[in-house]
This record gives sequence, structure tokens and C-alpha cells, in this order.
Amino acid sequence: MKIALRIWRQRDPYDTGRFVRYDLDQMRPETTLLEALDVLNEGLVARGEPPVAFDSDCREGICGACGLVVDGRPHGPVPGATTCLVTLRAFGDGGTITLEPFRTGAFPIVRDLVVDRRALDRVVQAGGYVSVRTGSAPEANTIPVERDTADRALDAAACIGCGACVAACPNGSAALFVGAKLTHLGLLPQGQPERARRARALVAAADREGFGSCTLHGECEAACPKRIDVSVIARMNREYLSAAFATWWS
Amino acid sequence: MTAQLCANAPAGPLASRWQRRRADLELVGPTRRRRHHLLVVGAGLAGASAAASLSEFGYRVRCLAFHDSPRRAHSVAAQGGINAAKNYQNDGDSIERLFHDTLKGGDFRARESNVYRLAELSVRIIDHAVAQGVPFAREYGGHLANRSFGGALVSRTFYARGLTGQQLLLGAYQALAKEESAGGVTMLARREMLDLLVVDGRARGVIARDLVSGALEAHVADAVVLATGGYANVYFLSTNAKASNATAIWRAYRRGAAFANPGFVQFHPTCLPAAGTHQAKLTLMSESLRNDGRVWVPLRAGDDRSPEDIPESERDYFLERRYPSYGNLVPRDVASRAVKAVCDNGRGIGPGARSVYLDLADAVQRLGADALRERYGNLFEMYEHLTGDDPLRVAMRIAPAAHYTMGGLWVDYDLMSTIPGLFVIGEANFSDQGANRLGASALMQGLADGYFILPATLGGYLAGERLVPIGEDGAEAVAAVAEVRARLEKLLASKGRRTATDFHRALGRVLGDACGIERSHVGLTRAINEVAALREAFWEDVTVPGGDRELNQELERAGRVADFLELGELMCRDALAREESCGCHFRVEHQTEDGEARRDDGRFAHVAAWTPGAPGRGPEPLIEPLAFETMPPSERSYR
Repeated sequence: MKIALRIWRQRDPYDTGRFVRYDLDQMRPETTLLEALDVLNEGLVARGEPPVAFDSDCREGICGACGLVVDGRPHGPVPGATTCLVTLRAFGDGGTITLEPFRTGAFPIVRDLVVDRRALDRVVQAGGYVSVRTGSAPEANTIPVERDTADRALDAAACIGCGACVAACPNGSAALFVGAKLTHLGLLPQGQPERARRARALVAAADREGFGSCTLHGECEAACPKRIDVSVIARMNREYLSAAFATWWS
Repeated sequence: MTAQLCANAPAGPLASRWQRRRADLELVGPTRRRRHHLLVVGAGLAGASAAASLSEFGYRVRCLAFHDSPRRAHSVAAQGGINAAKNYQNDGDSIERLFHDTLKGGDFRARESNVYRLAELSVRIIDHAVAQGVPFAREYGGHLANRSFGGALVSRTFYARGLTGQQLLLGAYQALAKEESAGGVTMLARREMLDLLVVDGRARGVIARDLVSGALEAHVADAVVLATGGYANVYFLSTNAKASNATAIWRAYRRGAAFANPGFVQFHPTCLPAAGTHQAKLTLMSESLRNDGRVWVPLRAGDDRSPEDIPESERDYFLERRYPSYGNLVPRDVASRAVKAVCDNGRGIGPGARSVYLDLADAVQRLGADALRERYGNLFEMYEHLTGDDPLRVAMRIAPAAHYTMGGLWVDYDLMSTIPGLFVIGEANFSDQGANRLGASALMQGLADGYFILPATLGGYLAGERLVPIGEDGAEAVAAVAEVRARLEKLLASKGRRTATDFHRALGRVLGDACGIERSHVGLTRAINEVAALREAFWEDVTVPGGDRELNQELERAGRVADFLELGELMCRDALAREESCGCHFRVEHQTEDGEARRDDGRFAHVAAWTPGAPGRGPEPLIEPLAFETMPPSERSYR
């Protein structure tokens, strides 16, 4: 099949950037979108032109490195799939596919389709962990965890940190990301001692990093390749409020 | 006579060796620890767990990763699980049995002391991960659940759906985040190690490139830990992530760290088959699917009916037929070879007839689709995204792919390489998996190394050394930076006609044919020449656009391919020198009448650790003899 790629090219953070159109011929429907980019890049390199910079690694939808806005949607048209799992089957023969970087204030553009998402790491550093020292853990079966609780914790912990939720949100909010981490650790008995502190610290860190506030558009849920739902945001609000009240009353 | 290497393992009964070593190691006092600067390269399971644990001790740790975030490391992609000798199933498991299974699984080409220690520490990894909040699968009673994996008759694998690697990596990543926030770890993202800094015979730092600005940086330290993963990407098509590479360990080899058993590469039997010429990598389907899936091909060659139209009587469940006691759960090397045999026999299916079926139909009948979705949901989804088929309706098509490298930098019992002060952990070292790794053992090894072994042994090294302070502008560092710069400039100056990817693809074809699932004297000898010719052509005809003072992903790629072109030759040399078959290393000249691997314990019960050798002479191996005091090598049968 034939496709045209309309790609955002930007040399560095200071460049204004522009769309450039590239045509690809003899593509197959089972080829992934990122493989199509590989083919394009090999052609550009062979001609001595700078290839399109983009992040991608595992190509299995788990590392969270890839993340493009495809035809206006973070990760593109296939629900539950990261960009790397989108094949050309999802597009019509002869169509044009527009590729842009995640655009949000907290993710500065590095080059072309590459953005800097370290802000998400800094949110986790604020308290998205259980403070346990290596070697100090009790025997693993000492504390039983309800099967359903463990399952729901895993649903939230499956977040791959790609940032699509932020890119999809009109406010540039990281509420789905923060809510997923608070839900994961807040559900498990191991996360209880630091639960209130964690809720306050993560919400404050997200504000500090310049992520916006959540006004419940729900775009994040639609964009999440791991199908994390907005109930984690409700949980974040609950955890944050009860933590805030606890401070106020004490 | 070939020079010998000594592992420096403690003597005495196997079960108490690690305890004894820990008691004998000198300690570094808490105030002195704060003055020691350490470098950890790589932030996957092994690197992140090591950096976090060292920081908890009080060392000052700098950690480098080439990703934008440590959470992207390829450990994240491990699916099926992690082994531990907890015996929660009460099915006869024990540390001894895990030790036994792992040593046998590796076809008696691993070090007894190390494997025993790994089995011993496995139980503490689970304790620690649970305490970190890793949401492992649970039984209805709230206790931890297990499943079975290849090469074992007990059920000892802990898992979190098909996301076990991700969840364990997030545990280590969060530990790293905790230590970053405490100030003990400085994380440097988007940095790639391009050389090792050796001063007075000791590893004292690395030269790294800031991948965004292109700046070359010298990072000095009192010791260096490499946790940079394996090199299966040398085959171009593998299950490894696109950026996984050998550059860090290869640069260390060039500086004098011996490279052990480079030819030991595992091909994973259950991967998605290649789907055309644009294929960029191969996708793994967890081995755990062999718990419930049955592997088969049509009895008749060329039978092109769709799988549901082929009646039971015209199917060959070849793993169950050849290996009645382990059936579909034979180890990966055995399964991959059996798949190759039926395909060579003309009975493969799919385009090119190089795949076989992995069929869940029986399990759907027995357990129902919902139960299977609960166990493998994310794998089914990924399969459907990529192939368009639902595995619960249509038998999956799978084929073997390069997956894991048991070879790696040689390390002694303390995980130190032949360069003092250079420690190597996780898949980057060679140590514990022998000639074939059992499923669910990689996560176990990476975390045992990172959380428990290295933080203890590294202290022993520092306590015994009196290291002089060196600066980032010292003569050695300046010279090493200049060498790295010259190499980058050479890559950029060569304005040829072929892309680095094109050379990589060609290298992959040579190695896949000659140094893949099967090897032969004739094939390997030819491949050594072909790889050398490719390497020569590369430096004459490669083209790399752009400059070195910018984000230049093609320059990164070209540097990695240049190193793969050297490593590929060493792999073939190692495979050629090992005139036996063991584990994944199958030399067609050395097989039993049934087509199984035939070891030669008299000549090859050893580790071959290669060094670059004298100029003009080529690589030469150092030999570490393997003694089996507790468990005499037996015929490795899964029939």
C-alpha cells in the first residue's frame, strides 16, 4: 500500500518547527507505523539527510518510550495500543498520516518527535514508592493480600509512564498518572504507612512541574494505552483530601 | 598451555559458601562510605537495584542510562515470571532443587557456587519485592500464587499477569527514585557509555556521551558497575529492544575485561514470526503460554489447510511426542531446536514455512476463555494488535528468535571482572545461566546481583584498596575522551553509500545462519571471514548524516553496529573452539543418535573467557575449569 507521512520536523528546542511530507510506497498492512518510520529514515540516511528523531524501544507496548500524536490522537487510532503496536491496517491505502510529538508544557520538545518526560520521574521521586530498605523485608506470605485488591493494584500499576494522558488533556494534567501511582500503592497493605504523605507529595510535585489541574474531561482515559480509567483520579482526590484534613485537624 | 582463571569462590560445603564469604568480607565504615563515589551504568533491574542498594549503604552513586527514564530499561519487557524456591505449593521444591534445575538447565556449564547462591537468594528477592508493593498474583486466600515454567517439575514461578518484568522493574525504579530524592543517587538520563576509564590497572570511570547535547563527559569513580544487559541484538532481529546493545561491555573488553562464552545465545521458541522485509524486531510471547498451549505442526509436509480444519489424527504434537515427561514445558534450547527440526523437515507453517502452531483450544475447553484472559490477557491483546488474530479463536503462529545471551563479561565469585574495580551484573555478565537459561531465571539473577550480592562484595573491594584520587581532567581521562571523539569523527567522516542498519541486517543474516540454533565447523569458519569482510566494508562505505554535537540517533546506531561487527566475530570464534554441544550451543558434528546435544565433559567442562590477545595474534581464551563437587554432570534428558 501507499501512504504519505506528514511529520513535524524541529531541529532543536529553539527551532520553530514545521510539517514535512514524505511518501512511502510498497508498504504492507502488517507493517507497524514505527517500522514505516524506520523505512523512511533508512531512505533519508542513505541520501545523507537527517532522519526523523523519535523515541521507541521495546516495540511491544510496555516500555513507554514511544509516544506520538497520530492524526491528532496520542498513540493513534487503535484503542489499548501504544504507537509501536499500531499497524498500517488501521489506515486506508493512499491516506495521509500526521505525526506530531506530545505537545504539553511540561514535556519540552528535544528534536522532531522526541520530548523530555523527566518531569514524570520527578513526580515519582517526591514519594511514589514504599520506603523499604533492601534486606529488611519480612517473609512474603506474612501479610495476605486479597486477590481482588492485588488485581486492582496491578491494573493501576500497569501504567507505562508514556505521558499520553498528559498530551491528551486540554489542561496538560498528569492526574491519571498520579492517580494510578496513588491507587497502586494505596490499595496494598505495604503502602499504608506513607499513604497520606505520598498523596500530598505527589500532588504538590505535579503542580511544581507545571502539569495542569484535572477538570474531568476524561480525554486521558480515552488515550491511555493501558486502559487505566478515571476512577484512579477520583481516588487521588479522595486520598489528597483526607490527607489534607488529617493535617488540618492534627 | 592456556592461562587459567580462578573464580575465587570460598571452599567448604556449598550451602554455607555465601555466608562464609559475607563473614570474611572486610567492611567499609559508614563515614568512609560517604566519601566513595561509585558509577553504575544501566538502570534496568540489575542496575537500578544495585544503585538503590548501594545508596542505602551510604555510598555516593552516579547512575547512567541511555533512555529518557530508567523505567524504560528492557527488563520491563520480561513477561512470564521470576523463580524462587519458596515451596509455597508444597510440591517438593527447595533451594537444592532450584540449584539442581538451574545447573542442569544450563547443561553443566555454570559455576556451582554461583548457582547455589542464586537459588539461596531467590527467596529473599520475593520478600523484598512484595514489601516494595509489587502486585504479584494471589490466591483467593490472599497468599502468593505460582505457575510452572520450562525445565522444572515444580511450580515455583511468581508472576504479575504477563507484566512481571515491568512490575519488578518499577519496584527497583521506585527504590531508585527514593534514593534520588534522599540525595544518594544522581541519575543521568540519556547518557551512553562509550569507553571505560582504566587508571593504574583499575577501573576508575567511564567516558559517556550526553545524547541530547552530544557533549563527551568523563565520569570518575572509585569503582564501576556495568549493568548494561545482553547482546542478542547482534542478530539484528531479536526480541531485545531496539536500542539494546553491546557497546558498554565491548568497550570494557577492548580495555582488558575478559569476555566469557560469547557464543552462548538463547533462541526463544515462542516469538511472533517475521512478517516481511520491513520487520524491525521480533516480539516475544511468554513461555508461560506453554503451560496451557500445545505446540504442533501438521503431520504431512505442505498441508496448507487452516489449523481448525486439520483433525487430531493428522497433527504432530512433536514436543509431547519426543519429550513425554516434560512435554510442552521442555527448556527453551530443546524446544527451539525441535521447532527448527520440524521446519527443516518441511512441516513448518505460515509464510516461508518457518513457524509452528501454539494452540490454546484445549485450554479454552478445559478452563474457559475468561480464565485464560486473566492469566495472559495483555499477551493476547499484543498478539491481536500485531497479527489481527485472536489467539483464543485461531491457533497462534510462533517461531524461535534470538532472545538472551548467557555469555558476557567474565566475573569472579564477587562479580568482579578481570579488571579490578570493574563489576558486571545482570545479563551483562556470564555467570549463572551456563549454556542455557531456564525461563523466569533472568529476573532472579538480575535482582540477586543488584540487591544482594554486589552491594556486599563491592564493599569488600573498596575496603581492601587504597585508591588515589583522580580528576575528570586527569591525563588518562583526557586521552580516553580524545579517543572516543576520534572514533565518532571517523564515523561521521565516512560518507559512503550504505546505512548502518543495512550492515546490521547483513551481519544478522550471517550470524543467524552460522551461529544460530545450529552451528558447524564449516559454517563458522566461513562466517568469521564474512564478518571480517563486512566490518571492513562498514568503515569504508557507511554513511552517517549530521554531526556529533546534537541529538543524532543515527550516530548512536552506527557506533553500536560497529561494535556488533567486532563482537559477532568473537562469537563465531568461541562457537568454533567449543567442539561439543551443550545447552543452546549445538554443533551438528556433536549430537546423539536422537539428535540431542552431546557434551564433552573431558575437554570442555570449562568457561572460555576471551581476551583481545597480543597485537597481530587475534583473540585468545583464558580458561576457567568448572568443578562439580556436589552434583556430577549427568546426561541432560527431558524425555
